[in-house]
Amino acid sequence: MTQPGRFVSAPGLLFAALGLGALLAPFMTISANRIVEGQGVKVWSLAGAGETLVGIVAVTVGLALGVPRVWPRLRLGGAILGLAGLLWLLMQGAPALLDGAGEYARVSPAIGFWCLFTVLMLLMADALADLTPGPFARAGLLTAVLSALALVLWSGALADLSVLQEFASRKNGFLDAALRHLGLAFGSLAAAAVIGFPLGVLCHGRADLRGMTLPVLSFLQTIPSLAMFGLMIPIFSWVGETVPGAQAIGIAGIGFAPAFVALVLYSLLPVVGNTVAGLASAPPAAIEAARGMGMTPGQRLVRVELPLGLPIILTGVRIVLVQNIGLAVIAGLIGGGGFGTFVFQGLNQTATDLILLGALPTVVLALVAAIVMDILVDLVRPTPETTP
Amino acid sequence: MIEIDRITKTYNGVRAVDSVTMTVETGTITVIVGTSGSGKTTLLRMINRLEEPSSGEVRINGESTLAVKPHILRRRIGYAIQGHGLFPHHTVARNIAAVPELLNWSADKIRARVDELLTLFSMEPATFRDRYPAALSGGQQQRVGVARALASRPDLLLMDEPFGALDPVIRTRAQEDLRRIQQQLGSTIMLVTHDMEEAMRLGDRVAVMDAGRLVQHGTPAEIITRPATDFVASMVGEVERPLRLLSLVPVSDLVEAGTAEGEALQVGASLRDALSACLWTGRSAVPVEQDGRRVGRVTFDAIRARARVHP
Ligand SMILES: Nc1ncnc2c1ncn2[C@@H]1O[C@H](COP(=O)(O)OP(=O)(O)OP(=O)(O)O)[C@@H](O)[C@H]1O
Ligand SMILES: [Mg+2]
Repeated sequence: MTQPGRFVSAPGLLFAALGLGALLAPFMTISANRIVEGQGVKVWSLAGAGETLVGIVAVTVGLALGVPRVWPRLRLGGAILGLAGLLWLLMQGAPALLDGAGEYARVSPAIGFWCLFTVLMLLMADALADLTPGPFARAGLLTAVLSALALVLWSGALADLSVLQEFASRKNGFLDAALRHLGLAFGSLAAAAVIGFPLGVLCHGRADLRGMTLPVLSFLQTIPSLAMFGLMIPIFSWVGETVPGAQAIGIAGIGFAPAFVALVLYSLLPVVGNTVAGLASAPPAAIEAARGMGMTPGQRLVRVELPLGLPIILTGVRIVLVQNIGLAVIAGLIGGGGFGTFVFQGLNQTATDLILLGALPTVVLALVAAIVMDILVDLVRPTPETTP
Repeated sequence: MIEIDRITKTYNGVRAVDSVTMTVETGTITVIVGTSGSGKTTLLRMINRLEEPSSGEVRINGESTLAVKPHILRRRIGYAIQGHGLFPHHTVARNIAAVPELLNWSADKIRARVDELLTLFSMEPATFRDRYPAALSGGQQQRVGVARALASRPDLLLMDEPFGALDPVIRTRAQEDLRRIQQQLGSTIMLVTHDMEEAMRLGDRVAVMDAGRLVQHGTPAEIITRPATDFVASMVGEVERPLRLLSLVPVSDLVEAGTAEGEALQVGASLRDALSACLWTGRSAVPVEQDGRRVGRVTFDAIRARARVHP
């Protein structure tokens, strides 16, 4: 670090500049109904001067606290203060804008909000990176953030926002979609693990099998996702028509089954590849010693290779989980259900907020999955990183 | 007794070990010396079948090693790998306990054995038991590696440069410890080194390897006084030859009646120690002590005469 960088955080400075710039962009939009394009509203004209000023000050102070680098906790506090300011502005702006705007009028966050939100999240991540919290602290932090999010949504403070109005009119459908989405993502992960893990162990022991398997799986991975889901349709309708009883258990060209299989195929490479890499990561001298003391190949696997490779194997699971939560959206296209249903309905109706109703939970789910898996990877690390 | 019978290992047509035949008596230490790449490790690894011989066989107490499953064979043979090979994810205690665990010893017995071995290698059990290998010095790692090989009290121990990473002081002590343990347990040890000094100090027998062949196999004194080839002579070193020879003979062999001035030597010391004391202090004789009592002296002339008599 150069001399001036000792007291000023360079990213913090960048975040502050970007954030202040974003404050000038439209913060929310108001439109006559859910389909037509909205009109941007600057942050200072959201509601009464008093209410907006509180929010603007909170955001500005929050960004400013992110600049000094001496005390990371202060930067974290700044990020939280800024996010609270954003929430406050939404809560004040939505009812004020809707007031007298007509029965079908909709308000949504606009580019300014999203930019500020991103900048403040990055500030939070940057401050956390400096604090390097342990796995348990991270789990606590995640729980706190999720609880706060749940509380805000449950309290109805943001119920006026268009995306939550879309939610209100689809409450049951949303729950179904959420369960279906989780079923697709976790189910395909489980299936991929059940197939891929033993396959990885076999490949670890046999170079010839490894030489055949990995290229095939890599090839599957290169098929574009839309094409993969599309390819499943003719295959599964053929299976549904020719195999007796297949239709009875719900196998057809469209629906859950083809989407599920497509996701499993995508998951195999990370699972098998990381299993092979993980098992091979044990130091050769330790393997030799294990052989030399009379461990059987099975004992070597369980006692040496597996524990040493577990972080890498779990990293593979993490990749698959995050990837599948995202890819499961495409299942909506072939009638597989999940949050993708909303996304594609929204695209058809050009209803942006319906798209968001599908996209936002997917993003949150993927982020949470990534953080939880990172925590798990840390917990299974075989030796403590800092030695006593 | 271990009989190595015309054992050969060929890698891509090159003989890493070339028709080696030798017999190792039970309860002795055989040290294999040779330059780097001469096939020492390969020879050792063929005994516990980490390498399968291209031809020839090894018999332990008359039974061919090919008659048992390799992993069963290896559990009976202690093996200290070149460069320790500790399990990084296990504590020192679990590392040492590895073979006893494979043999299903009881937890109490394992714990007692771990502490016993750590103490034996001058590592305070309370301090080191729960450390991970990454938190040990190179020398400590190597001692834990040797302790792990000894853990199940195997009759036969194969050790590949077990003391390579130790400083001279610790090294000498580790060699003495190993000697003591071996004599207590009566175990048979085959140890690889490229340090002639270590070979002379530890070996009942020394086997010299050169380019895959066993060029000489005999007692340290034979190796020094009657080197079979120029290579063996150069391994021993022309300059060091008399000193190495004297280091094999205890002072007690030459003790005579009489007195001498100055600090005394213990009867267990070697003639080389006595020579060194004479030269350093300019004395022509040094007193010899046993159990704190002077029992006589050893003279410079007697040492010189002894060095001239090659057995
Ligand atoms: N797996 C292998 N494949 C091919 N050649 C090998 C293999 N293992 C050993 N060699 C060769 O066999 C010869 C003997 O090797 P070895 O490891 O037994 O030597 P060493 O005497 O133990 O040497 P050092 O003192 O350096 O440990 C060397 O030339 C080596 O290159
Ligand atoms: Mg070697």
